[in-house]
Amino acid sequence: MSTLVINDLHANVLTSDGPKEILKGVTLTINPGEIHALMGPNGSGKSTLAYAIAGHPKYEITSGTVTLDGVDLQELTVDERAKAGLYLAMQYPVEVPGVSVSNFLRTAKTALDGEAPKVRTWVKDVQAALENLQLDKSFSGRSVNEGFSGGEKKRHEIAQLQLLNPKAAILDETDSGLDIDALKIVADGVNEYASAGDKAIVLITHYTRILRYIEPTYVHVFVDGKIAESGGRELADKLEAQGYEQYITAAANA
Amino acid sequence: MTTVTDAPNVAGAIESVESHLHPTPSWDLADHPVPTGREEIWRFSPVKKLKQLLDADAEGGSLDWESDVPEGVVVTSIGVEEAQALAAEAPVDRVSAIAAKNAVQRTHIDIPADAVYDEPIVFTGRGSGGIARDHYVVTVGANAKATLIFRWEGTASYAEKSDFVVGDGAELNLVTVQDWDEGSIHGGQRSVVVGRDAHVKTVTASLGGDVVRLQENMSYGGPGGELESYGVYFVDGPQHVQHRLFVDHNEPHTKSDVDYRGALQGKGAHAVWIGDVLIRKVAESIATFESNKNLLLTEGCQADSVPNLEIETGEIEDAGHASSTGRFDEEQLFYLRSRGISEKEARRLVVHGFFWEIIRRIDVEDIEQKLLARVEEELELLEQTQAEA
Repeated sequence: MSTLVINDLHANVLTSDGPKEILKGVTLTINPGEIHALMGPNGSGKSTLAYAIAGHPKYEITSGTVTLDGVDLQELTVDERAKAGLYLAMQYPVEVPGVSVSNFLRTAKTALDGEAPKVRTWVKDVQAALENLQLDKSFSGRSVNEGFSGGEKKRHEIAQLQLLNPKAAILDETDSGLDIDALKIVADGVNEYASAGDKAIVLITHYTRILRYIEPTYVHVFVDGKIAESGGRELADKLEAQGYEQYITAAANA
Repeated sequence: MTTVTDAPNVAGAIESVESHLHPTPSWDLADHPVPTGREEIWRFSPVKKLKQLLDADAEGGSLDWESDVPEGVVVTSIGVEEAQALAAEAPVDRVSAIAAKNAVQRTHIDIPADAVYDEPIVFTGRGSGGIARDHYVVTVGANAKATLIFRWEGTASYAEKSDFVVGDGAELNLVTVQDWDEGSIHGGQRSVVVGRDAHVKTVTASLGGDVVRLQENMSYGGPGGELESYGVYFVDGPQHVQHRLFVDHNEPHTKSDVDYRGALQGKGAHAVWIGDVLIRKVAESIATFESNKNLLLTEGCQADSVPNLEIETGEIEDAGHASSTGRFDEEQLFYLRSRGISEKEARRLVVHGFFWEIIRRIDVEDIEQKLLARVEEELELLEQTQAEA
């Protein structure tokens, strides 16, 4: 059972001009088996929320709490958060030259489990995950994300999600930049991960398109560093029709 | 320098290009006065520490050389004139000019035409203190294929002049390893001529010595030649390691790909990389890329990285350069750590990856292993320093 609880979270991004407040009180509880779609315009702070929870050094939480199964994530380093069960699929996966995908995955798996995976099953698991995401098996020998197309990088993020099988996952615009075929592959990958039934999933997106393939439990509109409105899938349909304009205007006038 | 001498000089045979970056070669010591340290080619160098190499009158010998030479390869001792006649070019600095003039012996290694050697040809020079000078001239016959390894070990104040003249259609993998003990200094010049349609790969690994300063000059003996030039260096304070690359695209349809990478740590660690690519008027349809990357593992180290491109023709297929010097990439570490990998392990992966991209190209198993082990040592040293801090 995995519950991700975000309570009145305030966070800054650290810029060369000093800290700048981006998150202005985010409260959200993601229960086991729930998929929360977090939708908002560019610059609303969606990615900041993802990075702040994962512990990126450029972001600082100034107040509020984030807990995963009762564990205060702020007390943990980046890798300890992952060990606690958190996973972040990044909007811009980072290239790590000279480090092969297979070495990277094995190192991560070993770190998470505290012991090296069994060679035979692990090789099969890696192959299956790559195949699931329609990545050629030659990817395991390539440098992490280097020379990958945008779509391949996103599929690689979801292949990792399946292999590392965390308790909670934040998917940061995993759908952006994907053509329709790649979008379906990625959505299938997320659905397969979610099918365990006890995962807490935050799906950050700008567009409603991915919600045709992934059924959200809740939809939240994220504007100006906080949640402006919450609802079910009908909220996504409303956004599809009307866009974010009314929320942006409301936030500006607040 | 603006004059061209009568010295055998591939460059001068075509045209003279005025540049402060590549002095005119000359065998005459008088053309290479003792530097003050303000000259363009010396301004990054600790000239005082190189004093012994700049002193033409100092007593000097050679190293203890051991070699592993297959049948067919001929190693002979030659005289000054023959060495000059066979050489790729004359010296461009005082250290190599002294090495050429005052070496107690000059050695010619000839790899015959059409010969193919699967096993590397290895020369190991060991210093036991004192000044040593060598002039090696390697000639590789047309269509030959070989891996040639030079290793330097022990302690010495070593001045080097070496020439590698690679015949048409030949393939040479040239690996040089500066693996000196503490207290050593090493300066000199290596000149490579890549024959028509020949393929030359050089790997320069600078692992030890108080000061290493190498001038590495590459040019082409005909169209279609391809050069890959790689370098790896580890600089622990207060070492000084300097690689000066000059790729002279003096023939059309030639290629060069230069990639040097180093890691620095500890107070006073200083790395210098000067990359200069000259594309002459005749050198149409060439492709070149040069890159230098420095990883600063701790505070207190310095890397000077200066890529230059001198372009004399508009008909180029591709020309570019890149240089980067910095601490660990925060984004890379974050990405790895977000998957549960500890900070220490993440650093290890990043540093290994950084060097593996060069090391994997060496194609000589025991040297690859040696360099990987050295990467490990650097990481252990770094961890010790951080544990003490």
